[in-house]
Amino acid sequence: MSRHWRTLMSTLRRLAGTPIATLITVSVIGIALSLPAGLYLLLSNLAQVSSSLEIQPQISLFLKLDAGRDAQRQIEQKLKSHGAIRTFRFVSREQALKELSASNGLGDLAAGLPNNPLPDAYILTAKGNDAALLDKLRLEVSQWPGVESAELDSAWARRLNALLELGQQLTLMLAVLLAFGLIAGMGNIIRLQILTRQEEIEVSKLVGATNRFIRLPFLYHGALQGLLGGLAAWGIIATSTQLLNISVTRLASLYGSTFRLGGLAMNDVAMLLGISAFLGWLGAYLAVSHFLRHFHLSHH
Amino acid sequence: MISLSQVSKRYPGGYEALKDISFTIEKGEMVFVTGHSGAGKSTLLNLIVAIEPPSSGSIIINGQNLSQLRPAAVPFLRRNFGLIFQDHKLLFDRSAFDNVMLPLEITGFDRAEAAKRVRAALDKVGLLEREKAMPIALSGGEQQRLCIARAIVHRPSILLADEPTGNLDSAYAGEILEMFKSFNQVGVTVVIVTHDEQLIERFGNRTLHFQHGRLAS
Ligand SMILES: Nc1ncnc2c1ncn2[C@@H]1O[C@H](COP(=O)(O)OP(=O)(O)OP(=O)(O)O)[C@@H](O)[C@H]1O
Ligand SMILES: [Mg+2]
Repeated sequence: MSRHWRTLMSTLRRLAGTPIATLITVSVIGIALSLPAGLYLLLSNLAQVSSSLEIQPQISLFLKLDAGRDAQRQIEQKLKSHGAIRTFRFVSREQALKELSASNGLGDLAAGLPNNPLPDAYILTAKGNDAALLDKLRLEVSQWPGVESAELDSAWARRLNALLELGQQLTLMLAVLLAFGLIAGMGNIIRLQILTRQEEIEVSKLVGATNRFIRLPFLYHGALQGLLGGLAAWGIIATSTQLLNISVTRLASLYGSTFRLGGLAMNDVAMLLGISAFLGWLGAYLAVSHFLRHFHLSHH
Repeated sequence: MISLSQVSKRYPGGYEALKDISFTIEKGEMVFVTGHSGAGKSTLLNLIVAIEPPSSGSIIINGQNLSQLRPAAVPFLRRNFGLIFQDHKLLFDRSAFDNVMLPLEITGFDRAEAAKRVRAALDKVGLLEREKAMPIALSGGEQQRLCIARAIVHRPSILLADEPTGNLDSAYAGEILEMFKSFNQVGVTVVIVTHDEQLIERFGNRTLHFQHGRLAS
């Protein structure tokens, strides 16, 4: 235990002893890590927006502006008897205009209109959730007489979800690539460290040090720099979120929303720091092991 | 106990530094190894502490056959030895005290107890007042003695010294040899490589004489 403590202290001293090099390394790691971590944060913010949207798919059935009472009654009859429809409700054009003016601060806009441009509509919910069936239903009802068009409300939410998924996959790929880069980079830093401490390693081996003993300070070096890089990434993300929120909140308020970007949750931060320390450790481990495998003691 | 039987060492490149060497050094013995430059004396020590493998033959240290030793066991074999190197191998980035501490540090020795032992070893070689000095600030002879302190601090059962009196005047060389003799008297096996025929005569111990990689009788 006391060896770990002393190793930690001497590693910190070593890092503090070369402040410029340490600062550069830590910022490089921080920037590299903040890319996937920032993307992850952005995506989880978007995912939150998308999940707050109506998930139960609806079909909006817009009637022609000149569809008469008869056409409407026939449509209602068909809706009642249709096997695939769970519920439906009628939204008259007057009601639609009222709802529009009440929501999202668009009241001024609605009030400025000379006459109501909105059609009568039915909002349907289907019995199933299957995309193909929903689309078939939408197509069917859109061809009924008196119907102007039918739209699947969930379509864009689905598209958003698909995009989010794609984004998550890209982020993951980016993260994996950067992790390899980080391990390689840290390996190189440790390799340089080893070169400056080769005599120490040699003498230690001569007096009977195990590989484990020789590895330890380098593992601390790698893990500590990784950890500092993780902290830097956290700092970069927190600062960027704050800066972005200035304009995000301004934009959201234009739509009458109080939305703002959330920061990294505590367990996300713990994960970020854990992963960065681990990657540093791993890079160091590989570098020292490689060195020790090829290291030959010279003679007396 | 150190026992070699029909040991040869051929370096990569083909040079045969040791040829068909057989001898036994008993536990508690003190032995000189001598021979011209390039005769293979350092090579012999390298084989004994498993820095180099022999090309053929077998080496047995304290009952352990080195050729059957797993790589992971080599560090523990080395802890039986106190090594004094021809080229010192001191670490110039740390104090005399920390240099002597190294053999105890690698074994995870209790820190306070280790510090006592380090001071005792430094005292033995007359460097107690210089414990904070960096090796670069020590004279050649003092560096030599620092090596000796590092070699004895962990109380090894075998002391191997490669030219420990190399650049010391003869009076002083005699003093160091007296020190080795005192270690030997408390049961440490001592092997000393030296060119100094006068010293060998003065102490009269068994001498292994090397000539072009062969053991002369
Ligand atoms: N690593 C090596 N590779 C190739 N040849 C070597 C190596 N080490 C030593 N030799 C050769 O082996 C021979 C014996 O070397 P060694 O160092 O054992 O001599 P020595 O008796 O210790 O000499 P000295 O008294 O000068 O220290 C020398 O000719 C040397 O050049
Ligand atoms: Mg030699």
